[in-house]
Amino acid sequence: MSDLYRENLLDHYENPRHRGSLAGATISHEETNPLCGDRIRIDIALSDDGETIADIAFSGDGCIISQASASMLMEDVIGKAVADALATDRQHVLDLVGAPLTPSRMKCALLGLKVMKTGLANWRLARGESSGLA
Amino acid sequence: MFDASKVRQDFPLLTRGDTVFLDSAASSQKPEAVLRAMDDVYRRGYANVHRGVYAWSEAATAAYDAARAEVADFLGAPSPEEIVFTRNATESLNLLAYSYGRTFLKAGDEIILSELEHHANFVPWLVLARERGVVLRFWPVGVDGTLSLAALDALITPRTRLITFAQVSNVLGTITDPRPVVARARAVGARVIVDGAQSAPHMPVNVADLGVDFFVCSGHKMLGPTGIGVLYGRRELLEAMPPFLTGGDMISRVSFEGATWNEVPLKFEAGTPAFVEAIGLGAAVRYLSALGMANVRAHEIEITDYALERLSEVPGLRILGPDTADRHGGAIAFTLPRVHPHDLASLLDQRGIAVRAGHHCAQPLHERLGITASTRASFYVYSMPQDVDALIEGIESARKTLRA
Ligand SMILES: Cc1ncc(COP(=O)(O)O)c(C=O)c1O
Repeated sequence: MSDLYRENLLDHYENPRHRGSLAGATISHEETNPLCGDRIRIDIALSDDGETIADIAFSGDGCIISQASASMLMEDVIGKAVADALATDRQHVLDLVGAPLTPSRMKCALLGLKVMKTGLANWRLARGESSGLA
Repeated sequence: MFDASKVRQDFPLLTRGDTVFLDSAASSQKPEAVLRAMDDVYRRGYANVHRGVYAWSEAATAAYDAARAEVADFLGAPSPEEIVFTRNATESLNLLAYSYGRTFLKAGDEIILSELEHHANFVPWLVLARERGVVLRFWPVGVDGTLSLAALDALITPRTRLITFAQVSNVLGTITDPRPVVARARAVGARVIVDGAQSAPHMPVNVADLGVDFFVCSGHKMLGPTGIGVLYGRRELLEAMPPFLTGGDMISRVSFEGATWNEVPLKFEAGTPAFVEAIGLGAAVRYLSALGMANVRAHEIEITDYALERLSEVPGLRILGPDTADRHGGAIAFTLPRVHPHDLASLLDQRGIAVRAGHHCAQPLHERLGITASTRASFYVYSMPQDVDALIEGIESARKTLRA
């Protein structure tokens, strides 16, 4: 068994959680990793008060690390406060992935996080609030 | 006869035996002779070139000039003055786009470049086109991965001023003979630039026989060090071109009122050149010439042939580019169903096999092929069949791990 591609990671890749799009999304944001062309789009539906992630979904294509980590992130942040989601740090996502990653592969693992945070931050900025990013 | 296992003994990093190195198209390993040539300069008499009237400087200047003559000889340039040292092929192409392009091309003029170009031979022309209204026309890649003369003929017009293309593609391995392109360019008075970054290291090149106007390559891909590249230009063209960068070394006379330029090639070499690296490149081309470039290419055909055969046995694997070794340089890019190139490269890395994954600085080509990335294995003088065997085993193992 490979250290890198453990069962849990492969499972998230083959059976992604919260994959798709949200019809009533408050936020929709997409980015690519120019190195390898990984692409992730995240739709977020916020609660009426705008404080909680009521629903979230991702779509895109790319390597196992980028897609599986996005799936793990969805499970992790759904139902969380926006402020907490914005405070998610890199290490937390790397821990979710749980595999030894080289620096170039960390970019793959962190793409979903970057898309989610940028989407949330842009939405807050557009409403005249501070981005909430650390 | 050429013996890759003996050649490998000359490469300190490879004799360690911990890595199956299949990424020479990105940059080659270095033989002892190159390391020693550079080390010797620093240890035996190092000083800046030009204008020094003491022994160390004069020796460095002589060695720098000798390296230029060796490179000229290696590429078949009629004279050393037609060899400009740059940092790499990218800088050589930028020099051409800035100095030649901005002087001799005007709005409405047409440049033909191929769809398979490396970004280095793409972006400088995109910038020129945007800035000057020059029109870019793209020479399409055929379904077999080649650039056909029929497709070129359909693009050439009386307004064609420049045709620029890679002699060997760093992704598809496609080999394109410059000669018929030069003949067609001459007929309409257009210039020809050949990107030789992937050809000069791997096959005999004689720029005079090819008849090209300009030829560029990178030292680090041909056993030399990083930081040194080559621009060959026909003398009359280099003389007509303005300097690219300005400053010391490239002037003839400077006063408060103005400056006049040095002779070619120094006109294009502003500032202290990477002369130790040039001396290293001189040692590299000497090493390659001793192997014999015809032998280097024959060995490449042999190993590429073997690799194409073994790779085609992998279920579903799709080889991008020509499927026979005689039409293929030493780089093979491929895709595997349900396996992303980055995942494959990571799994191969865990077995000590170094390949490249991504778009290999040829995004427009990948777009044309309808993919975002590929995996590339590339070979050189020290590559052996067992490297290919290790790659195939690694791919099979990755397919199992990823359940593909
Ligand atoms: C065909 C081709 N042209 C140009 C280049 C650019 O070379 P460098 O990065 O050394 O400037 C490369 C390098 O990969 C190449 O393969």
